[in-house]
Amino acid sequence: MSERKQQVSRRQFLNYTLTGVGGFMGAAMLAPMVRMAVDPVLQPKKEGDFVAVTEVSKLTKEPQRFNFKIEQVDAWYTSEVTKAAWVYKKENDEIVALSPICKHLGCVVNWEGGQGHEDRFYCPCHGGLYEKNGENVPGTPPLAPLDSYKTKVKDGTLYLGEAVPNMEV
Amino acid sequence: MLQKLYDWVDERVDITPLWRDIADHEVPEHVNPAHHFSAFVYCFGGLTFFITVIQVLSGMFLTMYYVPDIENAWKSVYYLQKEVAYGQIVRGMHHWGASLVIVMIFLHTLRVFFQGAYKKPRELNWVVGVLIFFVMLGLGFTGYLLPWDNKAFFATQVGLEIAQQTPLIGTQVKTLLAGDPEIVGAQTLTRFFAIHVFFLPAALFGLMGAHFVMIRKQGISGPL
Repeated sequence: MSERKQQVSRRQFLNYTLTGVGGFMGAAMLAPMVRMAVDPVLQPKKEGDFVAVTEVSKLTKEPQRFNFKIEQVDAWYTSEVTKAAWVYKKENDEIVALSPICKHLGCVVNWEGGQGHEDRFYCPCHGGLYEKNGENVPGTPPLAPLDSYKTKVKDGTLYLGEAVPNMEV
Repeated sequence: MLQKLYDWVDERVDITPLWRDIADHEVPEHVNPAHHFSAFVYCFGGLTFFITVIQVLSGMFLTMYYVPDIENAWKSVYYLQKEVAYGQIVRGMHHWGASLVIVMIFLHTLRVFFQGAYKKPRELNWVVGVLIFFVMLGLGFTGYLLPWDNKAFFATQVGLEIAQQTPLIGTQVKTLLAGDPEIVGAQTLTRFFAIHVFFLPAALFGLMGAHFVMIRKQGISGPL
C-alpha cells in the first residue's frame, strides 16, 4: 500500500464523521433557538409618529418643558408613555425641541437647574452641562450634544417626531 | 489550532483522564445494533437523555419571552408563537419533546423490565430511574399550566382535585401546590413556573447524575 492511502486512519475517519454528524445535529437543534433569541436585534427600526405637543403661540425664546404622550408597543404590552421636550424659538423664529435625556448616562436634564448654571441645561447626576442649543460644554461628562426632536408645524400646532442626533451644533 | 489549545490546557490540568473515563469505553457486542439489529432497544435510554437536552435548551430559550403572570402569560406565549422568528419552532420543540420524552422513558423502562436488567446489583438504579420518571411526569404536569389557556387551566384544575384526594392531608397538599385552597390563579401560576424551571430540573439533574454514575460503575447488564 502506498503511503498516501494511509494518511487518514480508520480512527481519524470515524472521528471526523462522528464530529461532523454530531455537529450537524447540534447545529440543527440550536439554530432555531438562537435565531429566536437574536430576533429583537434583527428587527428593523420603527419610524416614530408625529405627536401634537403644544400651540406654537405658547413658545418663547426661553426653553420650556413640554410633556407629551406616545403609544409605546413593547412586544405584548402596549402602554402610553410620557415623554418630555425642551422647546424654544430661536431669534429667527425657528423652533428647537431638545430631548431632555443626558448623553452621558441617560439622566434627565433641566434648564437652568441647580445654582450657577444660567442659560444652560444641567444634569444633576454627574454635573453634565449643555448650552442653550444643546451643545455639550467641554470638560463636563457628556460627549455629544442633546438629541433634537424632529419638528412639524400644522395649523399653529407643534408636532414632535422621534429624537435624532443633533445636527445643528 | 484546536489541538494546540487542547494540548495547552491538558498540559496544565491533565483533562484527558477525566473525559476518557466518561467517554472512552467499549460498547459490548450485544448492545451494538451493528452486530445485532435488535440491540436498538438499548438506544431508548440515550434517546431519553437526548430529548431531555433538547427540552432543557429550548426551555431556557423560551423563558426569554415567557412571563409567569396571569395577565401576561398567555399574551407572551401568543407573541413568541406568532411574532418572534422561529418562536413557533422552538415552542414546538418543547411541546412535542415533552410528549416524546415520556414515550422514550417508557420504552426504556419496558426494555429494562423485560430484560430483567433491574435485578441485583442494579436495583438501586431501577429505583432512581423510577424517580426520574416521576420527576418527568411532574415536569409535564407543571409545564402544562404555563401557557395559561383554557385547556391548561382546566387540566390543572383536575390535577389539583386529584391531589386533594390524598387521605387526611389532601387540602394541604392542594394548597401547597396551588398556593391557595380555592383559587387556581396568580399564585398557582408562579408556583408551577418555579417548580417547572427550578425545583424539578434540579432534582432531575441530580437523579440523572446518579443514574449515569451507577451505570458506569456497574456496567451494562449482560446478554440475555
